Amino acid sequence: MIHLQESTQSGIIPASRSRTWWEERAPQVRELKFTLYLLRQSPLVVVGFALVGLFIAFAILAPWIAPHGPEERFWQMPQQPPSWEFPFGTDTTGGDIFSRVIWGARLDLAIALTVVISAIIIGSVLGAVSGFMGRAFDEVLMRITDVFLAFPALILAMAVAAALGRNLTNLTIALVVVWWPTYARLIRGQVLAEKEKLYVDAARAIGAKPSRIIFRHVLPNAIFPVIVQATLDLGGVILTAAGLSFIGFGAGAGVAEWGLMIADGRSYLFQSPWIATFPGLAILLSSLGLNLVGDGLRDVLDPRLRR
Amino acid sequence: MGLRLRDYVIRRLILIIPVLIGVSMVAFTLSHVVGDPVAAYLTTQDVKLSEQQLQRIVRAHHLDDPLYIQYFYYISDLLRGDWGISRVDSDRPVLESIKLYFPATAELALVSMVFALALGIPMGIISAVRKDKPADHVTRLFSLVGVSMPVFWLALLLQYAFYYQMKVHYLPSLPAGGRVDQFVWMAHPLHVITGMYTIDGLITGNLVIFFDALVHLILPGFALSYIFMAVFVRMMRGSMLEVLRQDYITLARSKGLSERIVIYRHALRNAMIPTVTVAGLAFGGLLAGAVLTETVFAYPGIGRWSTSAIVRDDIASIMGFMLIIAIVYMLANLVVDLLYAWIDPRIRLG
Repeated sequence: MIHLQESTQSGIIPASRSRTWWEERAPQVRELKFTLYLLRQSPLVVVGFALVGLFIAFAILAPWIAPHGPEERFWQMPQQPPSWEFPFGTDTTGGDIFSRVIWGARLDLAIALTVVISAIIIGSVLGAVSGFMGRAFDEVLMRITDVFLAFPALILAMAVAAALGRNLTNLTIALVVVWWPTYARLIRGQVLAEKEKLYVDAARAIGAKPSRIIFRHVLPNAIFPVIVQATLDLGGVILTAAGLSFIGFGAGAGVAEWGLMIADGRSYLFQSPWIATFPGLAILLSSLGLNLVGDGLRDVLDPRLRR
Repeated sequence: MGLRLRDYVIRRLILIIPVLIGVSMVAFTLSHVVGDPVAAYLTTQDVKLSEQQLQRIVRAHHLDDPLYIQYFYYISDLLRGDWGISRVDSDRPVLESIKLYFPATAELALVSMVFALALGIPMGIISAVRKDKPADHVTRLFSLVGVSMPVFWLALLLQYAFYYQMKVHYLPSLPAGGRVDQFVWMAHPLHVITGMYTIDGLITGNLVIFFDALVHLILPGFALSYIFMAVFVRMMRGSMLEVLRQDYITLARSKGLSERIVIYRHALRNAMIPTVTVAGLAFGGLLAGAVLTETVFAYPGIGRWSTSAIVRDDIASIMGFMLIIAIVYMLANLVVDLLYAWIDPRIRLG
């Protein structure tokens, strides 16, 4: 189906003038509707979408939902247990934990998105060129990814962030350094499989340049596994970023970031357990939501499992 | 046949060399190009160093030479065992610190592995056998939560529930941190052989320390194991479902064998193979996950050593930690590959 669309675009079958943009894409729309129908069948996936939606809403609407600012303090009311006024209680400096968890969604999701999108961009370009060119470039790139994959993610990120210096920007850079090889390999594999297909030959036959074949024809067809991987990785990045922030990388004192909030609550775990509990719950639920959605997407987008 | 296996082992060992070189290049880039290389060789007292003394250190480690020469000296330093000085660990050489703390981490990782396998495999089997029944849903949710769980937060929850709440209610509680109780240690000093207290306790017949060390391992061991347990449940469920679809299982059933025998005698053995492979790979991951767990439980392993190094910007310790984890991770991969080749001849030929 997608192949047919591709060849229409590259002009082998001239698209008839009378059909509108919408009609031309009718098969894709049908496909999308069917995908959504399949996704709705699994209750766990629906829960996953609800959780992800909730946290996205937190992130976007934080200024309107959160009762207080991210770094607003009620100095006279530290370590208050949960109450009507402070649903999640207050932390050691009198910050409203409920508001801070909501603002934290903004920061933590932003980090995760930045990392995954950067990793996809770097990984796609290198992986696609590598898969398409082959030979020396491919060999060198694959050996480089071997080296990066020889470290557990958290450890390499720790070392990179330590060398760069401890702050949020460097934490994000460190996570990109850790995550791009996964995508480079994934895309390379996809490109190797796709480039043997007929529509690539067709595009080449009408004189398309390699860069156009890669980016206009091959990559769009290789995108589904990337979407699945990205959804699952968003959860993984949230966990890793929070972990690094917990042990002292990342945000400076007082910033509304989930991992840091847990680190702050750790010293008062027994007196005021709510300080560490609620940010942790936010990490767990956001990451769980992404994992549920990713799992569901993988099952639905895999053509072998589909019908 | 035997010859082929030997060839495979040799080829696999040779393939490790470029990765090792790459790993050392990453460490070199991070400590010498991105960071300030002198920092790795300074002790705590050297903070107020004069310019000449600083120059002497720079010259001793060839830090004023071009990068490729620096790299050469860096590698020869690494090979000679000079990994820099661990400022957080009272200026001990990095390699000494690793020798001191690694056994504790290995012990924790082994206990976690036992937890993860002992709970993960049966749960995976149940999930597969009762596919789409309530037991399956519960198990799958349990494992999905495991994959999404921030391990340091789980560790805090466990401390709160099994140490603090138990203590408050005068119930028997589990220790919240450390490797052994100081008083128990003083009363029953242990002759350390391997550095793993449970094993040393058993060897020397010091059962008091053995039990005390074991009790201290329960909470951190469980916290660390949860995510891997989740992975094992998924693997086991998947491969069990795969195996149960095969013809020889249908044959076994049609012979009238009981379901129990079919599952545990016939299906389990084949279904175990992928899980065991993943278990080998997970060992490296366990060492890495130990960073967060050890920090929360104040457990004196290489993980906590490295996190204390972070706060003090002790780059030598962090790089040493990264190198040792990468090496262990690679060795674990190697062992798994070799075991797999030994079990399954198709791998070698491919």
